[in-house]
Amino acid sequence: MDLMSCLECNESIKMTSRTILKESQIMKIHYITGIAAVFVVALHIMMRLVVPFEQSLEYNYIIANYKNIVYVLILEAILVLISVHGFNGIRIILLELRQSRPWENMVTVVTISSMIGLIAYGTRTIIVANGL
Amino acid sequence: MSDTAENKNEQMITLKVYRENRGQDSGSHYDTFEVPYKKWTTVLDALLYVKSYIDASVAVRYSCRMASCGSCGMKINGIPKLACYTKISELETSTIECEPLSNFPIIRDLVTDFSLFFNHHRNMQPYIVAKDSNEDDTAKGTFSFYQVPEDVDKYLQFSYCIKCGLCYSACPTVGTDVNFPGPQALAQQYRYFADTRDESKQRLDIVDDRHGIWRCHFAGSCSKVCPKGVDPALGIQLLRSYMLGISKNDKVPAKKIEIDSTNDADGSVGSSNTE
Repeated sequence: MDLMSCLECNESIKMTSRTILKESQIMKIHYITGIAAVFVVALHIMMRLVVPFEQSLEYNYIIANYKNIVYVLILEAILVLISVHGFNGIRIILLELRQSRPWENMVTVVTISSMIGLIAYGTRTIIVANGL
Repeated sequence: MSDTAENKNEQMITLKVYRENRGQDSGSHYDTFEVPYKKWTTVLDALLYVKSYIDASVAVRYSCRMASCGSCGMKINGIPKLACYTKISELETSTIECEPLSNFPIIRDLVTDFSLFFNHHRNMQPYIVAKDSNEDDTAKGTFSFYQVPEDVDKYLQFSYCIKCGLCYSACPTVGTDVNFPGPQALAQQYRYFADTRDESKQRLDIVDDRHGIWRCHFAGSCSKVCPKGVDPALGIQLLRSYMLGISKNDKVPAKKIEIDSTNDADGSVGSSNTE
């Protein structure tokens, strides 16, 4: 462990840490999405379990589910909650892995854009399947 | 002095000491020493025996010898401990391995550099910040803060910190994130946050950072190794609860009582010292 590089990195990171959201606000969202995802995924699993396994794999049955607005909303909720929670988790892991201004900026940009991209593509899939 | 135990109560233990000199850049190795010990012999006693009779070049930091200063922190059999507070007889191993604290740059042998550790602590504003007061007022003894025992109980445990660095060494997050303040600094932030004499509005903002309090994963190693019972993990979780809005910050600032040179605080005639 090199002390001088630690001290320099410490100072440079402190001078450039400016964010739109405070870290406490981000973590509040992280905790809420995590807990909410548990409930919504549990609901999703229960909805699957009430149907015989073979029937749940039939094409017409799957398309019928996408036509059900309640099911669509649950899927969208799962998509958003898990994307936000998951990509924020990846952001945190990567921030702890290495500390430098370029790395942290890259992590922030990549995780946020990946999150938005996944939500957008997933929402598009749900909308197309629903026929809205 | 003879290498064999002279006293019937003495036994021999093998001390394995990590050796490295940052200045010479000659790599690291372990040196082994046979040291006599008795029932109450501590690891620090054994190291000082080595310095006195076998190898004076072993570098070790120590001072009070009574777990009060925190100077002799090191890894003993892989666990951060105070050498003066660890009895050889309680370790129950035939070989004792002494290594410098993890997460600290090594200066020489068992001596590590605490600069970054103290830097993190300094960043926490580790002092009372009170509005409408300055050092001259307290220096002249013109006023005193009024605290009931319940007020003191809220932060007393965290004030026992001796800055030994054992918690910082044990913390897994410190090992990967150099900007993480560490459990000691965060616990001290709570110590001052909970103190009714403190009126700083920046305490929570200081640690509300992407490398601040939220990078703690609640491993609990810090509390496990603390020799003074500070429980830094508790301090961190309590501070987080305030930041999330789960705990309400209903701290009532401590009253300032003017000290009259002729009267005590309760109005009776007496000494001006209210301690």
